[in-house]
This record gives sequence, structure tokens and C-alpha cells, in this order.
Amino acid sequence: MDPTASTPSTTATVRRPTSTRFTRGLGVAVIVGAAWVALFGLVLSPNDALQKTGVRILYIHVPSAWLAYLAFIVTGISSAGYLWKRTRSLVWDRVAGASAEVGVLFMGITLVTGSLWGSITWGTYWTWDSRLTTTAFLFVTYIGYLAVRGLGGTLHQRARRSAILALFAVLEVPLVHFSVKWWRPLHQNESVAEGELEDMMLFTLFSGIVTFTLLYVWLVIHRQRTLALDDSVAEHGLDAALAERRQEALQ
Amino acid sequence: MIAMLNAPHVIGSYVVTFGAIALYTWRMLARARQSARNVPPEELPWT
Amino acid sequence: MSLWTITRLVAAKDLRVEARSRVMTNQVLPFAGLVMVTFAFALDTSAGDSLLNQVAPGLVWLATLFSLLVVVQRSFAVESADGALDALRVAGVHPGGVFLGKSLALAVQLAVLEALLLFAAVVLYQTEVRASGIVVLLVTYVAATCGLAFVGTIYGGLAAGARGRETLLPLLLLPVVAPVLIGATRATEAALGTNDATPGEGWPWIGLLLLFAALFGAGGTLAFGSLIDE
Repeated sequence: MDPTASTPSTTATVRRPTSTRFTRGLGVAVIVGAAWVALFGLVLSPNDALQKTGVRILYIHVPSAWLAYLAFIVTGISSAGYLWKRTRSLVWDRVAGASAEVGVLFMGITLVTGSLWGSITWGTYWTWDSRLTTTAFLFVTYIGYLAVRGLGGTLHQRARRSAILALFAVLEVPLVHFSVKWWRPLHQNESVAEGELEDMMLFTLFSGIVTFTLLYVWLVIHRQRTLALDDSVAEHGLDAALAERRQEALQ
Repeated sequence: MIAMLNAPHVIGSYVVTFGAIALYTWRMLARARQSARNVPPEELPWT
Repeated sequence: MSLWTITRLVAAKDLRVEARSRVMTNQVLPFAGLVMVTFAFALDTSAGDSLLNQVAPGLVWLATLFSLLVVVQRSFAVESADGALDALRVAGVHPGGVFLGKSLALAVQLAVLEALLLFAAVVLYQTEVRASGIVVLLVTYVAATCGLAFVGTIYGGLAAGARGRETLLPLLLLPVVAPVLIGATRATEAALGTNDATPGEGWPWIGLLLLFAALFGAGGTLAFGSLIDE
């Protein structure tokens, strides 16, 4: 093997190895969108009659929650895509892993912003209603999923093991949700969040959802490519290390 | 405008959200940069 | 060999290993009893026994879950120590049968454990088992035990042979068994009449437990081959 092959040809690919023109455009859109959401959410939108300033947290809380659930749905679908023999490919596995990781990030954000919102609106950081509890369980479940992805083994071992785990998680979530719902049937104050929103508030919330969805796409594309790089480092790592040593010996 | 009711909670939640995303993104890109040094360019089919 | 034969043989093998090693009687059962005593320390009983009596069903199932973790670890430590699971797989034994067999052995051990824990609750927490709730109690125990045995085998098999499985298993298993904890606790409360519950209130929860057992039983039978296939 040519020892120089281990150094990529252009400096641009070294500095931004996982980006393309498309993701750069997307990234600019996300940054503009984030500034937009912060401006409208914190400054330009009015206070809610009932929730006062608490409503401002919802502009980032609701999009994060939506993204976290979207991420886990994507993980489930990708895992099924890997397990189904006709579409078996490690790309599915990487998308599942990338999406789960981004999902855990957003679920963590959802829990933190949600309890901050709760402390303003309900006067408590946590209540045991079914939506909150299911979210917390989903969070822990996917942390476990990520731990299983890190167990090692061959790439296909990892892919199969984690894909099955993801499908069991899909089975688990509705069971947890309904059991908690039956357990605490009295907590109906979820609907506080579904009060009437003015046009300006709806607009801010909508731009939050759009921005966060674009952000999700950007993150998953990059994370998926990083995972692919990690996998090929595992393959090429030995070759590269040998080439480096050879280089040192020649000097 | 910024001097609002419950400002620590509201601003805190924005800081936590964007801070966490930025930190995650930063670490991910740094990791990618490191990995890219150790693989040949044909392993980056998207470029 | 039929699926049932494999199931029976694997279960008999596991139970024989347990009977000979005596880990169950000498370590797991004392541990479970200890957990029940520690709960009494944590919940101050000086004000009378009413508090312990009220939460007894939950404590019994919580102690069962803790012991489940130990039993599952044990069940797969036996397999992976000598590569026995790999040997079974290489021999072409139907993995669904292995799954059902290991689940059956686990269920038998859990049943012994649960009987002891319920007895401990009667003795230590002054829990009373009433005749009108005995059917609900029995069905609850069967349904919950099946569910726990199935998920225990699935996640135990998944974590078997991995580094750091001792810490991984609780992380994977506890969120999944939350519906069993909730369902079995409510159904047991109904059976025992805790907080003036009537036995009839237990049946919807038993439905949840049965659904749980059926879903994970079917899923495990289908997926176990891929899980242990290394």
C-alpha cells in the first residue's frame, strides 16, 4: 500500500471531512433559523395570558420533544431496514445509531426545558403524568441502546444486536406509556400546553419546529458520516499505523 | 423586554438547548476531523 | 427434535445446574430476604405497621426485580463461561427452543423466589392473604413471572459475553420491566385488599401483564437466534 494514501489529498476534506455543499447550505439555514427562533421566542413574541413568560420555553421545548420522538421513529425504521434481508446494509445501522444519539441529546434537552417550564407553570419541576414518565423511560432506554452499540464485536454483530434492541424498545414504549397512564389517571394537566395560542406564538412555534427539523437532518447526516469514518478507521487503522511507522523508519 | 418574569428559567432553557447542541456538534466535528486523518480519501464517498 | 423437547431439555439442564451449585438457595434467596428486611429499615415502622402494610405489594415486586437481575446474570454466566451457548448454537439447536427453555428455568426459579418473598411479607409486614383474592393473586403471579422470565432471557442473552455486562443489564432491563412492576403491584394490591381494593380491580392489570408476556415471549422466540449469534 502506498504510504501517502493515508493522507487525504485536499486540506478542505481534512478540515471539514463530513460536509458537502448541501450540508453547508443546510447548516447556514439552521444557524439563521436558530437566531430567528431566539429573536422571536425571547423578544418579539408576546407573553401568554395564562402562562406568562413560560410560553417562551415552549418554542424550543415542543420542537425538541417532536425531534426526539422523530429520531426514535427513524431509529426503529432503520433498524427494521437493516434486519430485513433484502435491504440489509450497514448504512441503515449507522443512520439508526446517529439518529438514536441525536434523539438522546434532544430528549435530554426536552426533559430539562420541560422541567424548567413546569416549575414556572405548575410550580414543580416534575409530575408523574404519563407523557413525562414515558419520555424519561424512553431517554433511559436509548441510553441503554447506545451502550449496547458500544459493546464491540464486528460491524454486523453490532448492527444486528442493536437493531433487535431498537425493535424491542419500540415494543416497550407503548407498554410503558399505557401502564403509566392507567397508574396515574388523574393527571390531566397536560392540556395546559394546548391552550389557545395567538398567531404570533403559533408562527414562532412553527419556525422552531422547522429549524429543529433541519437541524436534525444536518446532525444525522454528519453523525452518520462520522460513524462511517470511525468504522473505516477501525478497518484501516492498522494499515495507517504501519505506514506511519514505515515513514518514521525511513527518516 | 429581556427583563422579564422568570428570566433565569426562560433564558436558562435557551442557553441549555443551544449550548448542548453546539457542544455536541463541536465534539462530533472534531472527532470526524481526527478520524479523517487516518483514512484514505476514497473512504469519503460523499466529498 | 421438537421445540417442546428442546425447551424441556434446556430448562432441565439449567435447573440441574442450579440444584447442584446451590447458588439459588445459598445466595439469591438470602439476598431477597435481606432486601425485604432492609425495606423495613428504610421505612420507619415505629409509628405502627400500617405504612409497610400499605406498600407491601410494591416492595415484594421491587425485591423480585432486584433478585431477577441476580438470577439472570447467573443464568447467562453459566452459559458464557464455557462457551456453552455457542456450543448449542453450533450444534444446530433451534434458538427459539433455547430461549423458551431458559425462560422456563428462569420462571421456575422466580416462582420459588416470589413465594418466599410473599411469605416474608406475611411474616415481616403483617400482610394478610385473603381467600377471595387468591385466584387474582395466582393469575397475577403466573402472568408477571412469565413476562419477567421472557424479558430477563432476552436482555440477559443480549448482554451475555459482553464486557461490563454486570452494569449493562440493570440499565437495559429495569426500564423494560416497569410495566410489570406497575401492573403486578396494582393487581397484587387488588388481590390482598391493600387500601380497600377489591379483587375485581386486578383483572385489567392482569390483562396488561398477559399482553406483556405474550409480546416479549413471541419476540424473544423469533429474535433469540440473532441475539446470541456471534
